[in-house]
Amino acid sequence: MNGVLKTERLTKTFGGLIAVDDVSLELQKGELLALIGPNGAGKSTCFNMLMGQLKATSGKVYLADEEITDLSPRQVWRKGVGRTFQITATYSSMTVIENVQMALLSHFGDILRFLPRAHLLHREEALKLLDLVGMADQADRHCAVLAYGDLKRIELAIALAHSPMLLLMDEPTAGMSPKERVDLMELTAKIVRDQGVSVLFTEHDMDVVFAHSHRIMVLNRGKLIAEGDAGEIRNNPLVQEVYLGGGTLFTSEVESHA
Amino acid sequence: MELFVAQIITGLANASSLFLVACGLSLIFGVTRIVNFAHGSLYMLGAYLGYTFMQVLPGALGFWSSILLAGVSVGVIGILVEMLVLRPVYKAPELFQLVATFGVILVIQDIALIVFGPEDLLGPRAPGLRGVFRVMGEPVPKYDIILLVITPIVALALWYLITQTRVGVLVRAATQDREMVSALGVNQAWLFTGVFGLGSALAGLGGALQLPKGGADLLMDFHILAPVFVVVVIGGMGSLPGAYLAAVIISVLNVFAVTYLPQSTLVLMFVVMIVVLTIRPYGLFGREEVAGEHGQVGEPERPIKPASPRVQLLTSVFILLLAMMPIYSASFSLVFTTDVLIFCLFAASLHFLLGLGGLVSFGHAAYYGGGAYVAALLVTHANTPMELAFLLAPLGAGIAALVIGWVCLRLTGVYFAMLTLAFAQLLWSLVFQWGEVTGGDDGIVNIWPSEWLKPTIVYYYLTLLFCVGGILLLRHIAHSPFGYALRAARDSKRQAESTGIDTRKIQLLAFGFAGFMGGLAGALFVFSKGSVFPNELEIARSFDALIVVFLGGVKTLAGGVAGGVFFKGIEDILLKFEYWRLVMGLLIIFVVVLAPEGIVGSLRKGAERLNLIKSKDM
Amino acid sequence: MKNNSIIKALSAAVLIMSAPLAVMAQETIKIGEINHYKRMAAFAGPYKNGIELAMEEVNAAGGVLGKPLEFIFRDDQGKPGEAVKIAEELMTREGTVMLTGTILSNVGLAISSFAGEKGYVYLASEPLADSLVWSAGNPYTFRLRASTFMQAAMLAEAAAKTDAKKFATIAPNYAYGKDAVAAFKKNLLKLKPEAEFVAEQWPGVFKIDAGAEVQALERAKPDAIYNVTFGPDLAKFVREGGDRGLFDGRQVYGLLSGEPEYLDPLGAEAPEGWTVTGYPWYDLPSGPGADFVTTYQSRWDDYPRIGSLVGYMTVQSIVAALNRAGSTETEAIRSAFEDLPVNTPVGDIIFRASDHQSTMGAYVGSTTLRDGKGVMVNWEYKNGADYLPSDEEVAKLRPSK
Repeated sequence: MNGVLKTERLTKTFGGLIAVDDVSLELQKGELLALIGPNGAGKSTCFNMLMGQLKATSGKVYLADEEITDLSPRQVWRKGVGRTFQITATYSSMTVIENVQMALLSHFGDILRFLPRAHLLHREEALKLLDLVGMADQADRHCAVLAYGDLKRIELAIALAHSPMLLLMDEPTAGMSPKERVDLMELTAKIVRDQGVSVLFTEHDMDVVFAHSHRIMVLNRGKLIAEGDAGEIRNNPLVQEVYLGGGTLFTSEVESHA
Repeated sequence: MELFVAQIITGLANASSLFLVACGLSLIFGVTRIVNFAHGSLYMLGAYLGYTFMQVLPGALGFWSSILLAGVSVGVIGILVEMLVLRPVYKAPELFQLVATFGVILVIQDIALIVFGPEDLLGPRAPGLRGVFRVMGEPVPKYDIILLVITPIVALALWYLITQTRVGVLVRAATQDREMVSALGVNQAWLFTGVFGLGSALAGLGGALQLPKGGADLLMDFHILAPVFVVVVIGGMGSLPGAYLAAVIISVLNVFAVTYLPQSTLVLMFVVMIVVLTIRPYGLFGREEVAGEHGQVGEPERPIKPASPRVQLLTSVFILLLAMMPIYSASFSLVFTTDVLIFCLFAASLHFLLGLGGLVSFGHAAYYGGGAYVAALLVTHANTPMELAFLLAPLGAGIAALVIGWVCLRLTGVYFAMLTLAFAQLLWSLVFQWGEVTGGDDGIVNIWPSEWLKPTIVYYYLTLLFCVGGILLLRHIAHSPFGYALRAARDSKRQAESTGIDTRKIQLLAFGFAGFMGGLAGALFVFSKGSVFPNELEIARSFDALIVVFLGGVKTLAGGVAGGVFFKGIEDILLKFEYWRLVMGLLIIFVVVLAPEGIVGSLRKGAERLNLIKSKDM
Repeated sequence: MKNNSIIKALSAAVLIMSAPLAVMAQETIKIGEINHYKRMAAFAGPYKNGIELAMEEVNAAGGVLGKPLEFIFRDDQGKPGEAVKIAEELMTREGTVMLTGTILSNVGLAISSFAGEKGYVYLASEPLADSLVWSAGNPYTFRLRASTFMQAAMLAEAAAKTDAKKFATIAPNYAYGKDAVAAFKKNLLKLKPEAEFVAEQWPGVFKIDAGAEVQALERAKPDAIYNVTFGPDLAKFVREGGDRGLFDGRQVYGLLSGEPEYLDPLGAEAPEGWTVTGYPWYDLPSGPGADFVTTYQSRWDDYPRIGSLVGYMTVQSIVAALNRAGSTETEAIRSAFEDLPVNTPVGDIIFRASDHQSTMGAYVGSTTLRDGKGVMVNWEYKNGADYLPSDEEVAKLRPSK
């Protein structure tokens, strides 16, 4: 089986600083892959290159064998990649369901229509997506009054709107209570199982990482230093040194944007 | 060479007042994020107060202490303005404060008229500084040399204050991160008040210092406004060295333009601004605005719903009453209602941009006046039939909006607003100056509708059709996928872009469409009045629309229209009184302070509180 | 039901908004006067005083056509669009029989266009733009005051008499400034073909950079300077020019610079030796001119400005037209204005039938300081009729009907 996502020697430098150094990784269909590493390891930079927010200095990115290096975020999305954000991004002036409808409108090429009523379009599909993330009962509530965990779920529904083959989740559980974290990751795992979507996520919370990922990759100072399942990573001396030496193994600080 | 040096000196001297006023504005903006439109009024007060003190205090000592006193007094006035008018509205939506400052302009205009009288005052000479020095044989007024020295001293003092003192550290910290300052336990309210006072004092100082080179008159508030905004924007909002450099660049360039391109003086400043912002979008020393810095303040906007049957019925009844107006009212009422309808369409077109798109355009008059001019130029120079000119006018305005929007949309927030203002001013100065084609200040006259549209009643129906139709169309589009995408781009550009929405394209189309509708209003205007003049493109016209939209309520769909009716109605009543500007200004401030959600928003809230309307998710 | 009450309230609102004001019995003859009372208070105030003085005199003498004369004063904020709306309101709601007023040319042009379209008589009292009676002229618009062209021609005549050859001009960069320079050039070159224009400066109106302008003028080394700046611009120009020696040994011609409105704010710094048009109310010989000054001073406890004189003459002109028309019908008033003779403080004037311009002239003299104030001396009243193009020329300038 071919990889859903493949990077080849992906590199990003800012001036003299090498933020991502020669990273090659591959993600299989239906896989839940965690990308971890201490602050400044280059996780977000890596993510932003995959999504097209940053241009790679060198290296290539493939999505199901098609090169997507340096495409714009919009183009990457059209190829079948959905994403959620570290700091939630929802449309605060809309209702829950309208948030999801928005993504559907874009997916079905309805954005430049001036005559139909937007809130009547793709309502059924949107409800289904909300049902998937357990938000169907709150469909008509105002987005701005919801709890943080609920916003994350809405984001997930938005990201799934165009039935992506790949989902990129940047720190999906940052800022959530332990209970919310477990719920969200279980939901994600379920979606991976049911929809056959592949997920690449970054995470600070090691409990989350060890409990839910199929495979883990560790990034330090821009380089991949280890790869394996939970047990392998836990026992990897290099990883231990990076985390314990840095003393940041179990922090959940917000990584600054590169 | 001698002349060259003398010209540089003249330019530097001219930069003096400009810098003082501009750095005050920049300081205020940097810390409080308030775009203080009343800054020109503070400058004017400085000139009047300085003049008044100089009449009382004799001699050189009296002269210089008068200038200081003027600065201090204006500082105190600034503090009062901040405490009474601005403090209650810091929590109001973005840029709402600028409406309050516009109210302050009106109040100060009338108070200055009452206190200082209508006559222009010639500034007193600085004692002992009459006459010239010879610099390389060229005459240079002595006072110019003094200005040349004073400005760097003030600039250095400010620099010292900001970089070397604790207050300065706080000010700088606040410029970069307001939340942090309050986290440090500093009383943010007093910091804002202090900075506003200091900025005002600098404006007052600038006004008093220019007295020996000019004087005090009632128009100087608006006249200084455009150059000061240009300087602040070119320098980078919030940057003092930037303001100084920009003031010098503008002033020196101007001196050379006067000699070598004497026709260009009006246009020059705005061309420089557009060039600088195209190369350096955030000005010479400005920083890019951090995302979220201008995010939604206050209560988030509510979801929109198509009108309920009840509202639809009410609207229909209202339109019907308007349609039957010729039956039950006099001819002049039709003329008045025509004006109000046109104004409402103009306001609604801005509201579309501002409310739905979050795109605060300070130069919307460009499209209203632009539409009017397109129609007038077609009729005058190409003998276009009225009907065709009428239809082409909005098209022309729409195309202009697309071009201007294409440039401006590279920027966001206040820089975007300022660039739209610069373009509107550029258009204004072109029309003003290109007399051979546009008639310049004398405008274009005798632009009347075709015979069949001439009767007041027929034209009233034409206006009713296009204005009500236009407003309903704008409203309909708000509910369409395009309208939703526009709101999506405003709420979260990140999310919109990551779900395949081309936010720039959406915003550009919205800009063009709003321009189109503004142009339609302009076309209706020109044929109803029969003439058009550059003042339809002025800053003041753009402000009219802004005020109306903010007063009506940015976050409500009906805001533009409600504000338009309210504003025009009040104006019609007030204009018959002598000090109507004072009353109008106070009224605006009142609405801003008491109803920060705008008229419609506050009415809705009030109704909810009284349980007249059901509300979800309060 | 609540809905009904809201609808009632709405209809009431519409009705109130549109209810015609009860039209009072037509006891007076009303004239609609539109001006920038707020925006140009220093100019409009004396003008209004002039009107009121004349109105009181007219009404004390029994009014006109047996009825008292009444002026309805309205402020247009200096906005042409607003002025047109007010004009319509005055004519359709207030029951005025004709319109007058405005100082700013653009507002005058807007009202004129409107009046021509709707068929209302408009007497443009103060606006100076040449186009008002020429290129944009119409059958219903008349103008009282001496236009830009006339006053520029008077100064050109004076300039042609000197041996100055190289001229520089400085004028605000808008229609009035451009008209004023064009008219001066045209008239000067006619009288003195060898004259040469070595510099033309165009500061933005009320945005003058006086130091730079003076440097630019000095650089051209002209023999004489023609100045059209006014108001705060004039003050700055005079001050910088004086300091930097621009006016030393040069003749300066100043359009309107001798009018009290512009000269008085300069106080002791008023320029000396300029040739200007203006209003020397202080030195008028006994006669109608001096009588007006005396009456005005005793009525208002203030001296007259040129605006006061124009205001006074506006009423005189309207009264003369109404008396000649014998009715308040528009067509009657309109034809009464054509070739209408009016006896005024400056002498007899006539509203020419060919272009509807009155022959009111202007005082031309040179400036000097007296008791710390600028005044005009060696002045002469120039009859406007001598500076207007012939009827044939004017016919070519006006749009064909």
